[in-house]
Amino acid sequence: MMQPLVSLVAGVVFGLGLAVAEMTNPLKVLDFLDLAGNWDPSLAFVMGGAVMVTLVAFRFVLRRPVPLYGDRFHLPTLTQLDRKLLGGAALFGIGWGLAGYCPGPALATILSGNSETWLFVPAMLVGGALQRWQSRHTSS
Amino acid sequence: MSNFTPVTGLIGGLLIGASAVVLLAGTGRIAGISNIAHGLIDAWRTHQARRLWLWRLLFLLGMVGGSWAWFTLTGRTANPRADISPVLLIVAGLLVGYGTSLSNGCTSGHGVCGLGRLSLRSLAATGVFMVTGIATVFLTRHLLGL
Repeated sequence: MMQPLVSLVAGVVFGLGLAVAEMTNPLKVLDFLDLAGNWDPSLAFVMGGAVMVTLVAFRFVLRRPVPLYGDRFHLPTLTQLDRKLLGGAALFGIGWGLAGYCPGPALATILSGNSETWLFVPAMLVGGALQRWQSRHTSS
Repeated sequence: MSNFTPVTGLIGGLLIGASAVVLLAGTGRIAGISNIAHGLIDAWRTHQARRLWLWRLLFLLGMVGGSWAWFTLTGRTANPRADISPVLLIVAGLLVGYGTSLSNGCTSGHGVCGLGRLSLRSLAATGVFMVTGIATVFLTRHLLGL
């Protein structure tokens, strides 16, 4: 009962943070990636602020044996730097640089007057489904 | 640097970080948007994903609502680029979806949460997508003039 409520609240705060930081504006994101142009370092402050919080608070959170409302912490278990990780990140960066949308901001603004995300988000979900379909059919 | 907004950037970043902490402390889950979205799509196919659809859906609905509330309260709308072709948007979406699914994370999962956990994989992924993102913008804006 409490898990869904916590998720909803966390989602609201996340969406609020994206909007306040203007990460919902793809041109602002592209201006951060545009080192040779009119560079806008704001995204580094967004990421820096977020990581400052997680870096400190995750240590205290993960010191507990279990989460407040859950059986255990579900953390990634992979540790190797493999081709999937690096290749996937490289492709993601290319798509991010082409449009200026990453998953959070694109999803967050589907009801906030940006109709471009109505094309981007379905394409993103299809791209992800395609990758997992391919992975099932190449490994078996 | 005419559009530099360090204060709202930092405040927004603190909110995003706080959200990730609330989700991890409360439910034990990582606030990685690409994994949440991809996992929701997988709910029709796998048992494991089906058990998790509710929190994932509620997180995404909350995120949409949080952004919507901010834009409504401030009387603005989210800025579309308006200068991008639909084909390029779809190609970019496919690449972002495929890439985040393959590498298990995006700016939030690897960037915000992974760096917070001092994960070497996330540090490497973040470095790589920053570099290819910067290279892509250099190519499209300065060499191709898109």
